[in-house]
Amino acid sequence: MEVSEFVFYLFALLTVVSALAVVTLPNVVHAAFSLMVTLFSVAGLYVFLQADFLAATQVIVYVGGILVLILFGVLMTSSKLVMKVSIEVSMWQMFGGIFVSSALLAVLLLLTFETPWNVLSEVVDSSDSTVEQIGIAILQKKFLLPFEVASIILLIALIGAVFISRAEEQE
Amino acid sequence: MSNITLEHYLLISSILFTLGVFAVLTRRNAITILMGIELMLNSCNINFIAFSRFVKSPTTVGAGEVSLAIEGQIMALFVIVLAAAEAAVFLAIILSIYREFNSISPDETNTLKG
Repeated sequence: MEVSEFVFYLFALLTVVSALAVVTLPNVVHAAFSLMVTLFSVAGLYVFLQADFLAATQVIVYVGGILVLILFGVLMTSSKLVMKVSIEVSMWQMFGGIFVSSALLAVLLLLTFETPWNVLSEVVDSSDSTVEQIGIAILQKKFLLPFEVASIILLIALIGAVFISRAEEQE
Repeated sequence: MSNITLEHYLLISSILFTLGVFAVLTRRNAITILMGIELMLNSCNINFIAFSRFVKSPTTVGAGEVSLAIEGQIMALFVIVLAAAEAAVFLAIILSIYREFNSISPDETNTLKG
């Protein structure tokens, strides 16, 4: 087995195991740190898929942004009540969750392995960065309008988040 | 690297998506539900990028050589942007709910229930 294959399987295993920990750990903070491991190893998988720019974006936006936001959310809403409630799940709900998600997994695996994917005959690794290609595609080709719409959505989300989360004014 | 195929990535993303659905269905804390949603978004990003790497597309440059359908990566980029916006609004709503109900369990915020 080559070294790169070994590293790939390591990242794959890390992704799945830490995602399992996110789902099962009773403590919210532990789950958040496990989510950090998941996001990092998904960034590792992006590197294997020749998506270096996306791997960097993943680390910056998810690990540096969303995860910190989640931890702040835990900080501001934590009480003994919340920590306790997260453990108590009724048997029916647990049973239903396991049933629905395993059925979904079965369907997805069936789709994955039964579909004749129109794959390339040969995938060649290149050492070129994708930054240039992404920049050209976004700024010169057909993705300019979605790019601008995304910036407006971010602005709306920013204003909306501040508006929703501010404290009620004392009159 | 030739032994790692598209199916490997699809398998990983299927497992991630399923775990995300499981978290959304069974967790009794709005923040862990957000984590489940992030897992699902990550799994669909893996799918986008894996397909952009392995699957033939009309815009693929070159015939089977150094080829990469960059559209998949751009879609993943937009998914990341929307995930960031969604997480910000989600946490603002959670803070607002916490102030109102003193709890972020979805079971207890049932004022609309008849």
